[in-house]
Amino acid sequence: MSSIAVRAEHLTKQYVLRRQQIGNYTALRDVLMDKAKSFFTNGLSKPARETLLALDDVSFSIPWGERVGIIGKNGAGKSTLLKILSRIVTPTAGRVTLKGRVASLLEVGTGFHPELTGRENIFLNGAVLGMSRDEIRNKFDDIVAFAEIERFLDTPVKRYSSGMYVRLAFSVVAHLEADILLVDEVLAVGDAAFQKKSLGRMREVGGEGRTVLFVSHNMDAVQRLCNRGILLAKGKQVATGTIDNVVRTYLEASDRSQAEYCVGTPEEAVPGYVQAIRIESDDGIASAEIPSCKPFAVNVRFQINQALEHFIVAAGIVTMMGQPVRTVWSKARPLELGQYKALFSFDDIYLACGMYKLVIGLSEYERSFHYVDDVASFEILDATDGSADARIVNYRSGLILNQCRVEIFPQ
Amino acid sequence: MTRGKPRNDHVEIVIQAHGNQGAYWKEIWRYRELIYFLCWRDVLVRYKQTAIGVMWAVLRPVLTIVVFSSFGALFHIDTHGSERLLLVSAGTLPWMLFSSGLQEASMSLVSNANLLTKVYFPRLIVPLSAIFVCLVDFLIALLILAGLMIYYAKTPGMDVVFLPMFLILALFSTAGSGVLLSALTVKYRDFRYVVPFLIQLGFFVSPIGFSSADVYSSGRIPGWVKFIYSLNPMVAVIEGFRWSLLRDRFLAQWTVVGLSGVVALSLAFIGCWYFRKVEIQFADII
Repeated sequence: MSSIAVRAEHLTKQYVLRRQQIGNYTALRDVLMDKAKSFFTNGLSKPARETLLALDDVSFSIPWGERVGIIGKNGAGKSTLLKILSRIVTPTAGRVTLKGRVASLLEVGTGFHPELTGRENIFLNGAVLGMSRDEIRNKFDDIVAFAEIERFLDTPVKRYSSGMYVRLAFSVVAHLEADILLVDEVLAVGDAAFQKKSLGRMREVGGEGRTVLFVSHNMDAVQRLCNRGILLAKGKQVATGTIDNVVRTYLEASDRSQAEYCVGTPEEAVPGYVQAIRIESDDGIASAEIPSCKPFAVNVRFQINQALEHFIVAAGIVTMMGQPVRTVWSKARPLELGQYKALFSFDDIYLACGMYKLVIGLSEYERSFHYVDDVASFEILDATDGSADARIVNYRSGLILNQCRVEIFPQ
Repeated sequence: MTRGKPRNDHVEIVIQAHGNQGAYWKEIWRYRELIYFLCWRDVLVRYKQTAIGVMWAVLRPVLTIVVFSSFGALFHIDTHGSERLLLVSAGTLPWMLFSSGLQEASMSLVSNANLLTKVYFPRLIVPLSAIFVCLVDFLIALLILAGLMIYYAKTPGMDVVFLPMFLILALFSTAGSGVLLSALTVKYRDFRYVVPFLIQLGFFVSPIGFSSADVYSSGRIPGWVKFIYSLNPMVAVIEGFRWSLLRDRFLAQWTVVGLSGVVALSLAFIGCWYFRKVEIQFADII
């Protein structure tokens, strides 16, 4: 009897991107037109088809009881891999063998219906996840107790707070009798106390001899939960090994010296999009290495395709562990069609040394239409020119180095 | 490190490029409770969302029956000796099972897109459970017919034992075309507009407000038109209902019933075949 729980062999998933297509479904008209066209042109000019390899020849095997973190940038193929293992999408090539019962948690509360009560949703969600009615009945009290929603059991979930909703949803999954648990970043929701509780529960699940595959951007959670890691980049498997090594490889791979980033044009029609991001030191030179306690600026170039009435551009700084540090935004204003530049000057707060990621968002009436994360990053370097109050400048003293006024009085 | 043994180590799932063929029906059987739960959800939600809840299942057919009977009386459509209300209700109820089943099933995959992209189960369950919801409505609406039969003091004869056969014929026709249309609607959204049109068309060529006797005994209608008319499985279903419940003259001869059976089975076969064929892409294109 082999001790391998999940074996993936040469897993490949190819998506066909059709040009000039809004939405991803086909209209019969297009198919008929294509057929008609190719009939007249004798099939010589095929409609332009671009392909995207979301997963490219990925192979691995996971023994029983391992907790594996799958990490990588956005678009690296993490979610595609999880969707294939969950049997939601079929691979273009390759083969996966899963031993035992599989439960996947790709979203919190899949199948929850807002009109139904907590009690009814437990049964519905359980059934959707593959539990039998008897199984749900047996686990019912445990589920309710873990979610801490006893008092609201007969209230429609549309009246739940988002925290209660997440607790209930996670609780149902946590009580699945599965041998293999596939989890997408759902732990990022819910309050801190419940996150801790659910992380604990997941670790217990691993301890009970179940196999856990966990996809996340949050390196901290991945390191706490998993013992092994798989690093994906552009669909390819880049590193495999103990979680600490894989996380280190991932963090080191983030390009540190680059200070100007081009953002790809979005595939679908949007009111506008970010074209480039440039990080500048206080003398206006592009540099992604900022001395600590020195001001720096973020220069965002963007294109607006239609007149907007209530435009806001926002920038966020996030640690490599996924912890947001600060978000700033412009005053709302109307914008005409054209090219623009936004300059964010960060001169009032000094950050601790280390790597940070930049998140840029464009929005109209509070609705975000272009969101760029995982493209640009910068590093705050230890100040060596003596100009800064060079006391303790690392994560240990906190993320913010600015001092406040401290006075000592005799008493 | 803990290295436990799986509890269900006899279960092995193999994921391949073209799906795994053999275990499909076994898996549907394993997920049969999900059909019940999805059906239960839809009934429950409708009951909670609408002011008169399940009453809709009665109100819609009642109004249709009343309007159709009034028109029938107004234009002197021949009832061939039956009470008009009975004739019309025995036509309306199975038709409504078929048409609402078709409508609900064809939209079911699209409206459950959030499930299809987030969790695995045999997709066939979605349109099937939509049809079961319509079956529940139908069983409730049957009370209307029962009430009318009591009112007219009409008792069914021995032929009533054939009623389930006609119900099964109706279900097979509904499921076959519903499953086919649901898959087509995912692939080509145009079918969102095609389905209501098909249903409207079917409404006029099915013997709901009139009796098939008018078609079969008419000298003005050529034979091949009568044959095409008989291809509609709802003709056999409706005339079968009238015959087995109301002791009507059996208009849809057994050859017609056999023909409808063949049509219904072919629909079910084509529906399942096409559904299985495109099912593996659902999550990619929905």
